[in-house]
Amino acid sequence: MYEKNGEKYFVVDGHMHYWNAAPDNWVPGAEQYAKGWIECFHAYMGLGPPETHWSLEHFQKYSEDDLMKDVFEDGHVDIAVFQPTYLLEWYKEGFNTTERNALMGERHPGRFVYNTRWDPRDGDEGLKTLRRNVERFGSKGCKLYTAEWNNGSRGYKLTDPGAYRYLELCQELGIKNIHVHKGPTIWPLDKDAFDVSDVDHVATDFPDLNFIVEHVGLPRIEDFCFMATQEPNVYAGLAVVIGGLMYARPRFFAKVMGELLFWVGEDKMLFGSDYAIWEPKWQVEGFVDWEMPDSEEFADYPRLTTTGKKKILGLNAARLYDIEVPAEFRLPAGAGTPAAQDDAALVERT
Amino acid sequence: MTAPAGSDVRSATAGLPARADRRGGSGGSPPRDSALLAALQTVRDPELDEPITSLGFVTSCTVSAAGDAEVRLRLPTYFCAPNFAFLMVADAYDAVSALPGVRRTEVVLEEHFASDAINGGVAAHAGFARSFDGEAVGELHGLRADFLRKAVMAGTDQVCRPLLDAGTDPARLLEMTLGELPPSSPLRRLRQRRAELGLPAGDDAPLVIDPATGARVTAGGAPLHLRRARTTRISLEANGSICRGMLRRRYDTPGLGEEEQ
Repeated sequence: MYEKNGEKYFVVDGHMHYWNAAPDNWVPGAEQYAKGWIECFHAYMGLGPPETHWSLEHFQKYSEDDLMKDVFEDGHVDIAVFQPTYLLEWYKEGFNTTERNALMGERHPGRFVYNTRWDPRDGDEGLKTLRRNVERFGSKGCKLYTAEWNNGSRGYKLTDPGAYRYLELCQELGIKNIHVHKGPTIWPLDKDAFDVSDVDHVATDFPDLNFIVEHVGLPRIEDFCFMATQEPNVYAGLAVVIGGLMYARPRFFAKVMGELLFWVGEDKMLFGSDYAIWEPKWQVEGFVDWEMPDSEEFADYPRLTTTGKKKILGLNAARLYDIEVPAEFRLPAGAGTPAAQDDAALVERT
Repeated sequence: MTAPAGSDVRSATAGLPARADRRGGSGGSPPRDSALLAALQTVRDPELDEPITSLGFVTSCTVSAAGDAEVRLRLPTYFCAPNFAFLMVADAYDAVSALPGVRRTEVVLEEHFASDAINGGVAAHAGFARSFDGEAVGELHGLRADFLRKAVMAGTDQVCRPLLDAGTDPARLLEMTLGELPPSSPLRRLRQRRAELGLPAGDDAPLVIDPATGARVTAGGAPLHLRRARTTRISLEANGSICRGMLRRRYDTPGLGEEEQ
């Protein structure tokens, strides 16, 4: 929890990792990709405040103690949602798997939500694994990295026929939240890998699932915004927006926040630190302090109130994941419902 | 190998079978390095709609006394999208090899996961699908056109925002033609992008059009259209700012012709 000026914030970190990207985990023959991936992540860390930067060596492999200190002890986070990313073609034991996350998390009961993942190209075997993971880890959410390389393919779309079988199984197993993370590659490679129109389709076809688009579709914020206004079950994951822009490019941070508040609304935005890319401490503190600039350029953007910040930092995610929020952190009666879906008709009303 | 559908979207090496006829000078003295850089200033990152020079993507460009040109490019990350990377390398190749006095051109994209496929594919004039054999279905004209349409949307905001801020009624914008506006670099840029797409770009063309059809936007659709134009511009500019930040983390020396945002 975080307290400032008498206001108490319940913090759910909706997107974080416990990875091993050190050379001992690199797949022989794929070292350049494993190295390229983690160095790219490390460069993202460089967009945060200098005093929060780590050495590459530390960044490649941090310890359980580091994570517990950075996220919970110093980082104000109450509950953290593990979002696994496998990358098995590059990392021998995976980059950060459901198992690795859970093995660590079980030593800290009540602190973590274990999301799992699937890949439609894994066929029947993958369906069995998904079922087993939900049984073992109680997963209520999945993280999908659509740019993952798999057996000669450089990615997939959620509208690929195989993906529908997985989405149907998710519904059957009681999974509620699908976090979609787009990356730079796809099959076929001549298409735009970051296109979010597939999320639009599946959000319509699976109205009982929530689709959280990570880093708000960056670099396709505009497409994401237009799509999210039309789909009540589409949410904005703020990982990268806060971490990558709030410190490094505050003017653009304000504009992107303004756009998101206008199109998507504060009920549909979820904080995620993307730890260990960025530590949550400075993000939570900076976000609570942040206000839309007062100049002409930002005049017609919605303002973000303390209530809105409470929703974004934790209450929206708590609602999506059925996390019990202690009474002292809840919104007073009449202050709105976190994660409410009824703001999505904005375009029609405009 | 299909031609761009019904438009004059700028042709890249992607998709063109032969290029002997597209060589630059037949003999004559080779151009200066500065002429190479000027040619590279016409090459844009199609996703960000900015010249690769001002983005800092050009590390060197040289030409020998014999007319052999070499260009070295870099990108903000090892994993930048390979399709856009291919377009930049191919367009750089086309721009440089069209210069009078250039006999041979080599463009090298450095430190990218697909450097070999891209550099080799462009050098062999293989097109995108053959350069990424089995991983791509078609060429990149559709992708380029999609992003030009985004550039038109963003450019519409760049041109219209100052007018709106000065109190112009949005309904009045719909009646305006391009020729009514005073010359400015955003206007030039908007006209150029529209022309590249085969959309009306002359003095009598409407200021606000649907980039998919070229039709004048109607009064009912105007508020949403202008709002979307603004969001598109902010998205492009925010992406550009992240790319610049990432490039600086990766390389601490400025590129040739690099400009701060």
